[in-house]
Amino acid sequence: MTVSLSLENVSAHYGSTKVLDDLSLHVAEGELVSLLGSSGCGKTTTLRLVAGFLEPSGGKIRLGDRDLTRLPAHARNIGLVFQTYALFPHLTVRENVAFGLKQRGVSRAEQRRRAGDIIDRVGLGHLAERHPANLSGGQRQRVALARALVIEPPLLMFDEPLSNLDAKLRVDMRVEIRRLQQANGTTALYVTHDQEEAFSISDRVAIMNAGQIMQLDTPEVLYSRPANAFVADFVGFENMIPMRAISEAGDAVRAEMVGGATLDLPKSQFTVPAQDFILATRPEGLEVTAGGAGIPATLGLRTYLGRAYQYHCETAAGTVKANGPLTQPFAADSAAVLVPRAEQCCLLPQESA
Amino acid sequence: MKQRTHPLLIAFAVLVFFFLLGPLVIIIGASLSDTSYLTFPPQGLSLRWYENVFEISAFKRTMVISFLLAVGGTALSMLIGIPAAYALARYRVELPRFLGNIYVLPILIPEIVLGFSLMKSLATGLGLPIIAALLIGHALLVLPYCVRVVGASLNSFDFSIEEAAVSLGCPRWKAFFIVVLPNVRAGIIAGFILAFITSLNDVSVSIFLTGPGVSTLPIQLLAHMEQFFDPTIASVSVLLMGVTVAVMAIVERTLGLTFLTK
Repeated sequence: MTVSLSLENVSAHYGSTKVLDDLSLHVAEGELVSLLGSSGCGKTTTLRLVAGFLEPSGGKIRLGDRDLTRLPAHARNIGLVFQTYALFPHLTVRENVAFGLKQRGVSRAEQRRRAGDIIDRVGLGHLAERHPANLSGGQRQRVALARALVIEPPLLMFDEPLSNLDAKLRVDMRVEIRRLQQANGTTALYVTHDQEEAFSISDRVAIMNAGQIMQLDTPEVLYSRPANAFVADFVGFENMIPMRAISEAGDAVRAEMVGGATLDLPKSQFTVPAQDFILATRPEGLEVTAGGAGIPATLGLRTYLGRAYQYHCETAAGTVKANGPLTQPFAADSAAVLVPRAEQCCLLPQESA
Repeated sequence: MKQRTHPLLIAFAVLVFFFLLGPLVIIIGASLSDTSYLTFPPQGLSLRWYENVFEISAFKRTMVISFLLAVGGTALSMLIGIPAAYALARYRVELPRFLGNIYVLPILIPEIVLGFSLMKSLATGLGLPIIAALLIGHALLVLPYCVRVVGASLNSFDFSIEEAAVSLGCPRWKAFFIVVLPNVRAGIIAGFILAFITSLNDVSVSIFLTGPGVSTLPIQLLAHMEQFFDPTIASVSVLLMGVTVAVMAIVERTLGLTFLTK
């Protein structure tokens, strides 16, 4: 059973503080969508609203053709995996996993069989009679996963499920989560503050800030084509150079920077979104060259990254970071020109502060 | 390797233990005396004052009342205290701070004032039967222990566990019984025992609420002392201490006493 999840114009308040502002989100059947953002951005609130632990002050939440908005949490049939695992300490692994089946009035024999199956699938068959206190963090999270999967929920939700695990285990577990989610074809909502985690396993990622979704797209698009300055900064576009379009020069737009230097941006490669805009790029999107058309800069500190040298460059618009080739290191304090690589740059509308 | 300890520190520690254990030694000693008056060190050795406790019907009767009162009062107190502790822990962020402190008031108010006001309101005001007034009075007296000790357990309980149960299809009221309660069992037992002992040994509140025909063991002890100054009172005291120590020993064996230091 695969269904889609929709949030329609959902708002939420804690007292007088607005936590979610008119949020809409659609997770298609069998899709894994991550909510990504720093703490306080509203991602966990969104998850808790869908789970039924919080009530929205406005809007609708639908799962398939069911309206969840006023349904009590225990009647929603959603599999939840918590950051703290939230296993029942007084029950064994098998009893933990069978809990949801027991609540559904499944017969004892059937409980045993289905719990046993899923425990085997997460590779914990030999630990079924243990209590959670005697398991490692990774094993506990597997039990939590099995416990959520065994009820065959139409929707799985993950609340920072890997935050309490060490780095290597995190990578293994996220692959496992993705594998199980795809194998079951379950629709999933995944909350995390870890960009790599979100990008690596999601079909789409919603980057959130201050109770709003700033951009919802595939990891590939978010990584290379952020839609606004917030997302650009979030995904590592460290250089934000303000520019102003001043004239057309043949098939290019001539843009002026602070300090008066100009740059011709070919229309075939760049789409200028407004008269005032920002050239956003990662350090590897600016090539350090000895001369030519580009942004004039004075090279400062040089660091070695293995694949390239990185320079801290002084320009009229402030300090920017740019990468230069390994074959030709530039000396400190030398003058250079930074040439934007079109495929690694984004032109974003200037946001009114 | 030997650690140097200052002789004054050793002397201080010895003094502390002397003052802690001294009275117990004196009472136990006095209870074994063969004399018909209370004395220490005991003269002659005899268990006859212990026998005497069980021969005086007032002691037997009040022993039963005290025990039932301690069990009943504590149970009643738990019925209020557990939900209160749950709400205080679950909604720690949302609830105002002072709410938690209200439940400790019975400890903060001088017990004699508490006893007097309970007498005024329950016994003379509402005209409740003595046993009912005693039950309510003791429930109130031990409420702080129930709320605090159960609360300590609940404060370290991860309420995500309750939410996990709910997400798996268990209604909240049911999750409270099958998931929350089993995991704070140690706190409930510990709170019950502390409350039980407090109720069993109480004088100040009981003295205002007891009346003709209905008394508790400590009050009966007082009454006896006013008439006779024989070692019976020491024997009763030793028996009360014995019950307390036995209960604590059982707790220590089954749960450990760490909850007292938490």
